[in-house]
Amino acid sequence: MKITMTATIAALVFGLMPFTAVQASPADDVKAFQGFFAKKFKDTKFDDYINGIYSIDAASRKQWVEIEEFPPYELAVENGEELWNKPFANGKGFKDCFKGDVSAIRAKYPHYDDKADTIVTLESAINKCRTDNGEKPFKWKKGKIAEVSAYIAYQGRGQTIAVKMPSSDKELAWYNKGKNFFYAKRGQLNMACADCHVYNAGNFIRADRLSPALGHPSHFPVYRSKWGSMGTLHRRYGGCNKNIRAKPFKAQSDEYKALEYFQAIMSNGLKWNGPGARK
Amino acid sequence: MRKLFRKLLVTISAVAVVSAVGFSTSVVAGSGSDLEQGKKLAFDKKKGNCLACHLIAGGDMAGNIAPPLVAMKARFPDIKTLKAQISDARVKNPNTIMPPFKPHGILTSGEIDKITAYIQSL
Ligand code: HEC
Ligand code: HEC
Repeated sequence: MKITMTATIAALVFGLMPFTAVQASPADDVKAFQGFFAKKFKDTKFDDYINGIYSIDAASRKQWVEIEEFPPYELAVENGEELWNKPFANGKGFKDCFKGDVSAIRAKYPHYDDKADTIVTLESAINKCRTDNGEKPFKWKKGKIAEVSAYIAYQGRGQTIAVKMPSSDKELAWYNKGKNFFYAKRGQLNMACADCHVYNAGNFIRADRLSPALGHPSHFPVYRSKWGSMGTLHRRYGGCNKNIRAKPFKAQSDEYKALEYFQAIMSNGLKWNGPGARK
Repeated sequence: MRKLFRKLLVTISAVAVVSAVGFSTSVVAGSGSDLEQGKKLAFDKKKGNCLACHLIAGGDMAGNIAPPLVAMKARFPDIKTLKAQISDARVKNPNTIMPPFKPHGILTSGEIDKITAYIQSL
């Protein structure tokens, strides 16, 4: 088969990036990334990037605002609340894993876990809570996991995205893994996330207008009309990988965790506003 | 806005095609059915899907990532140059978003020949 599954990270790609060199610190990257969009979309206020394509597309924004009056994710939030309150077989519940105020949970993820040397995402923490308590994990991309995530996101709206900046070598390794994934061309169609969501953000690919990558993780999980259901960020990552005929990675694979970590860091300073509604 | 953009470009392309024919001496090469096949392959989402990025006269809902494909004979008088661009756009622009149709096996050489003939006729 001629489909290339592996990504080719040409040095050239970095040469042409509107960002500083590979050696740049994550803080420099954030500045360059956010600055790039500020220049590209002069009419969009920084805080508005949490609204995805609607932050730059006035025409579709109107329809979306109307949809938001009867949000299609409302039922998911309600179901999520029920699941949140329902005790496991051992009598414990989510509240015993996620201590403290529910509204503070969303903004704690993703984060780097030193002991396990991994990125902990909200969804991975939800399922860890279940398995630690002898329950079966939820399926990763949609259904109950998206409902609990939607409830937590809804409660956590308005908190600032403030992922701790990577500084140790191990943190930087995760960060660079995510960054490389974002800029690497892959799949039979040979495209990078950045090709569509940085360089061509605002342009049309066929009838679809491409959203800016800034703010991507802010509003997940998302109710997508095309899916007719809720889905997690990693479900969306899989979809975008399939579209370029690349083999998608598993939800909560190290690849997608690293990508989420990188995307969240690039979005630092914006507000969490999940769950969202999209086309 | 988007509609306007499309209309505008279609108009431009119509004008451009006329003027291109104006300065090209030869009549469109290839049989009508070959050009028809080339067009089908170019428009097919599972094949060329050129409309995802390029405006092409007669195609619906084209994207605007890439230059509109108009007045091709004037701009690509040598069909070999055009075929090379369609086969592997990375040769000219290593960071291009345009898929490497030939090396990645998205299109066969025969399919690329047909698409190239069709594109040059635009
Ligand atoms: C061929 C173009 C293309 C590529 C390559 C691509 N995407 Fe997308 N992506 C789209 C389109 C089209 C949409 C739907 C419109 C939109 O919101 O941007 C989308 C939507 C998304 C969304 C949802 C945005 C929202 O507001 O809900 C995320 C997140 C996303 N893409 C991330 C990625 C990541 C990460 C990669 C690389 C692994 C990637 N995309 C690669 C075309 C692409
Ligand atoms: C995902 C986007 C994309 C797709 C799909 C695509 N192209 Fe392109 N194409 C581009 C871009 C962008 C350019 C501009 C040059 C560059 O960046 O490589 C380009 C350039 C060209 C050029 C040179 C135009 C000029 O004015 O110099 C031709 C000819 C061309 N493409 C033909 C095709 C054909 C035929 C197909 C389908 C078989 C196709 N392209 C599919 C993005 C695309």
